Amino acid sequence: MAVDPLIELRGVNKYYGKLHVLQDIDLTVGRGEVVVIIGPSGSGKSTLCRTINRLEPIDSGTITLAGQPLPAEGRSLARLRAEVGMVFQSFNLFAHKTVLANVSLAQVKVRGRGREDADRRSRELLERVGLLAHAEKYPAQLSGGQQQRVAIARALAMDPKALLFDEPTSALDPEMINEVLEVMQQLAREGMTMVVVTHEMGFARSAANRVVFMADGRVVEDRVPEEFFTAPESDRAKDFLSKILKH
Amino acid sequence: MNVLTDNLSLYGKGLLGTVELTVYGSLLALVLGFLMASFRVAPVASLRAFGTAWVTVLRNTPLTLLFFAVVLGLPRFGVVLPFQLFAVLALGCYTSAFICEAVRSGINTVPTGQGEAARSLGMTFGQTLGTVILPQAFRSVIPPIGSTLIALAKNSAIAGSFSVTELLGTYKTLNELGYGIIWTFVWIAVGYLIVTLTISAVFNVLEKRWGVAR
Repeated sequence: MAVDPLIELRGVNKYYGKLHVLQDIDLTVGRGEVVVIIGPSGSGKSTLCRTINRLEPIDSGTITLAGQPLPAEGRSLARLRAEVGMVFQSFNLFAHKTVLANVSLAQVKVRGRGREDADRRSRELLERVGLLAHAEKYPAQLSGGQQQRVAIARALAMDPKALLFDEPTSALDPEMINEVLEVMQQLAREGMTMVVVTHEMGFARSAANRVVFMADGRVVEDRVPEEFFTAPESDRAKDFLSKILKH
Repeated sequence: MNVLTDNLSLYGKGLLGTVELTVYGSLLALVLGFLMASFRVAPVASLRAFGTAWVTVLRNTPLTLLFFAVVLGLPRFGVVLPFQLFAVLALGCYTSAFICEAVRSGINTVPTGQGEAARSLGMTFGQTLGTVILPQAFRSVIPPIGSTLIALAKNSAIAGSFSVTELLGTYKTLNELGYGIIWTFVWIAVGYLIVTLTISAVFNVLEKRWGVAR
């Protein structure tokens, strides 16, 4: 795989003050690939995920999307962000809008679709994530898992080239994690390009093409899941896996 | 008692003057206040600096001084307007600084994640602010904006000293006509109560209709 690179990071560095959170990151994500990023807290995996659509600016290095370098602030950046969907840990649905309006808003504002077209597309997507019956409710009336599925539908509504998931299940009850992971599995099977920061090792094993293990702001290992989980090369990864797989 | 019935048209004109100053001043203050709040959270540094300077200067200037600056200052630059318009400008600009800060505190109540989500969908700063942030910020700032506009209504009394017809200024005429000071002021106070209680009522309705459900 990875013959047709969609997302490319080269020599990316980022500092928070003196803290060097991303250190010379090189990462390529091919079209249709599912890359899972794992690692201990504070390893920079969420930051890495957020740099890909420039919610976090970087200090040096280059990030290209389908061969185009990321533009600085402004309209061209907004246009590019529309091509890369993002799903957040805390869902971040628009609290004052109904589920349907959440999914339709950016279609109308950014894609310039008519309200009816947008709503039709939103209903299709809500149907796909199993929430059509809740279209007229407000986010606060839904469970966490339902809210996260709406957030996925909202990101899909822009017909993105790739989806970024920043710990999408970390704020969910165990029961609700599966309903979200199922939707993500389905997207992976359909060939969506995905970068997923997660602690769900089961998902990494079953859905990922590659696992990227990060520690202390560096990419320590970048391998196919089976190899990584059965025979990690670095001590850091062995240590991490022994801690999380013990229970 | 008969101070009111004898001078109904004088009181009426004064009340109308105060209502006009309040309504136009409030509209100007709301428009400028929301605009300046947007400036203060904008990604462009020069806009943020302008918003901060606007608030700092206007919020810390005594209103009477501001009236002098507008009424005496602007004509020097060739800006000659009716006194009532000058008064609306002074009141509106002064109050906009307070509205701006109330709106900005409202903006801070909207979780940053929602703004990030909007930006990650490709929405511009203006779209994010206009469709996601401000509609929610507005809900939480209804009560403080109500208080600020009530203060504006009462501050409009200063305009009376600058040749603008308004409610408090009627006491001068009534005094010259020989009416007792107590009842003159009682009826003036009633006039202000009508204006301020109306504002309260409007904001109570707004809060019931739009307030944040918790």
